[in-house]
Amino acid sequence: MKTVNIMIVGVGGQGSLLASKLLGKVLVDAGYDVKVSEVHGMSQRGGSVVTYVRYGDKVASPIIDLGESDYILSFEKLEAARYAEYLSPRGKIIVNTQEIDPMPVIVGRAVYPSHILNELESKDVTVDAIDALSLAEKAGTAKAVNVVLLGRLARSLSEVPRESWLEAIRSSVKPKFVEVNLRAFDLGYSLD
Amino acid sequence: MRKLMIGNEAVARGLWEGGVQVVSSYPGTPSTEITEFLSENRDIYTEWAPNEKVATEVAFGASLSGVRSATCMKHVGLNVAADPLFTLSYTGVNGGMVICVADDPAMHSSQNEQDSRHYAKAAKIPMLEPSDSAECLAFAKEAFAISESFDTPVLFRLCTRIAHSQSVVELGERVAPDPIPYERKGEKFIMMPGNAKKRHPFVEERLQKLTAFAETSPLNRIEAGGKHVGVITSGTCYQYVREALGNEVSVLKLGMVWPLPVDLIKTFAASVERVVVIEELDGFIEDHCRNIGVKVDGKSIFPPIGEYSQSVIAAAFGIEAKPHVLIEDPIPARPPMMCAGCPHRGTFYTLKKNGVTVLGDIGCYTLGAQPPLAALDSTLCMGASVSGLHGFNRGLAETGRKMKTACVIGDSTFVHSGMTGLADIAYNGSASLVIVLDNSITGMTGHQENPTTGYNIHGDPAGKIDLEALCRAMGFRRIRVVDPYDLAATDAAIKEELEADEPSVVISRRPCVLLKRVKTDPPLSVDTALCRSCKKCLSLGCPAISFRDGHAVINDTLCTGCGVCAGLCPFHAIGGKEAAQ
Repeated sequence: MKTVNIMIVGVGGQGSLLASKLLGKVLVDAGYDVKVSEVHGMSQRGGSVVTYVRYGDKVASPIIDLGESDYILSFEKLEAARYAEYLSPRGKIIVNTQEIDPMPVIVGRAVYPSHILNELESKDVTVDAIDALSLAEKAGTAKAVNVVLLGRLARSLSEVPRESWLEAIRSSVKPKFVEVNLRAFDLGYSLD
Repeated sequence: MRKLMIGNEAVARGLWEGGVQVVSSYPGTPSTEITEFLSENRDIYTEWAPNEKVATEVAFGASLSGVRSATCMKHVGLNVAADPLFTLSYTGVNGGMVICVADDPAMHSSQNEQDSRHYAKAAKIPMLEPSDSAECLAFAKEAFAISESFDTPVLFRLCTRIAHSQSVVELGERVAPDPIPYERKGEKFIMMPGNAKKRHPFVEERLQKLTAFAETSPLNRIEAGGKHVGVITSGTCYQYVREALGNEVSVLKLGMVWPLPVDLIKTFAASVERVVVIEELDGFIEDHCRNIGVKVDGKSIFPPIGEYSQSVIAAAFGIEAKPHVLIEDPIPARPPMMCAGCPHRGTFYTLKKNGVTVLGDIGCYTLGAQPPLAALDSTLCMGASVSGLHGFNRGLAETGRKMKTACVIGDSTFVHSGMTGLADIAYNGSASLVIVLDNSITGMTGHQENPTTGYNIHGDPAGKIDLEALCRAMGFRRIRVVDPYDLAATDAAIKEELEADEPSVVISRRPCVLLKRVKTDPPLSVDTALCRSCKKCLSLGCPAISFRDGHAVINDTLCTGCGVCAGLCPFHAIGGKEAAQ
């Protein structure tokens, strides 16, 4: 099979680490060769963060280049625009509509762009915009934005059965957070 | 068992399976997790040392006693450990010894982009370099075997993409050899001139033997493919070559990057029409090829700067770039910044307000250089703020100039390399203001304990350096402790100490707000009836405060209730939820 490329992008502190951990586990358990790459350290302090996930029969490079990503899972709207150029033509970008102001916007040296979704929709890509924050709150905690979005992505990765994801959540998340994360996953997965 | 692991975890697993018994390290991105994962194995000894020199010497001592030892550090850490490193080459080892060093091409979290392979060449010791997590595990075990059979410390080089990328590994069993008995061998381990002169020929002979080993070791392998181009590569670049060029080229994949083979490279070169060396940073393998008379292309077509990727390699071979979406709108940058509730913020705000020239150091507080605080004038290396400040002040004084100056250094960095600079200030009576940003943790690398926190690597109670007593013992008479959340007290202390005509230390003490042991206050909010839109609170650069619809707004999922903005607001518009209602 052709290697599938997924990027998870967002703002340091939004929980992309758990999302990539669950994604990696599910794919390895499904028998694929998998590589996941992310950068720890200074970039995590509220900066823009990106994780590359690649799976297939045999994966060489751990990173994804411009125009190579089949899916982008964006935890924040501005970050969707920042990384959209990594999307392959006809790729799919799942966007959390939440806005988090970066420092240049906070201090008034830049403006948060207002037409990000319109611009993305005008391209030859599929845009799936969801309000993951509200869904996470509905599930029980704003912190579950990551798992709502993972659920949304899981819907697109039809080769992996739904039960594998639920099993990964059960085995990777602390027992007291399992229920809320299962609800969050389902809200993302089942959304029309 | 098949498991997805970052390179660092796989190195840790390999060292553990290979029988490591003592590990001493100083944290440094991207190397930190090796030691953190090792510390989960309670059947071995692991510790955080004050710096990489100490850590390397601890590993040396453990090796001398006859057990396998390791130390792990980032590339600039090896500069600190260079002193023991070069003479360790002469002594060799008793138990096997591995020194892991993680380079950071593209400087994701570093102050320079140095290539640590030069250390292996300069110190005349072997260096291994894995290309994925499976090799991290296998090579780490192999490193102990090489160390003991060639009587040498072994350098183990990673880069950010290997250290922090996950790939699949198969786990094995731990095989810990019995300790090698300790025998007193002065001629091998007492490196004074008479003995060292006898050891130097051994070092040269060992290098010859290691070169012969490199010719036939499975660490280096030829993967035959197309004959037009042969690529010599190692580390993460090997994966990019495979991704971009597939089997179009033949590959000489080097797992041992020093010493480099001679005959193997010549044989490989003879089997292809053109040889290209693909390596990030310096033309290290390329230089070697030239030295042995093999014609190659390398840095003439690839940059000596930053990370590579499959598209960098594809472009150099004339492969067309992939089509992609173009975004025309400008996207505001999202640089890293100090967290909401960061105790450093109050100190930096105060320094900026007082117009102080500030020599900075290495840690989270380097982010104080970012606007809007923009409170730093320099950052060089661990500890340089303290000694640099003394030199700056001498330079001013010698030429009759006056400025308000200070330096800032975190607790962990202070113990790492700031104490010696402080001794210089005390000893030479420098009227310098040293501000220790004591947040009670090694922050930037992700919360490691250090000798000032009172806890060891496992989080168990441990020795704790009393910073005030330490400064007193060095001869400081002016030592102040302030809470950086208290802007008024911080301002008063800094103003007074700037006026002092003798050495002075201000300890700005408040634990990192992200520590689990720190309880935060409920979020604050802005009373829009009182807010006059002066934007003074925005000058703190707090990510929890933004400006919407004509007044300041506090994000209550980010706010930790530290109150620094409330203390700053001239109109008392910021307070607890109930105050605002």
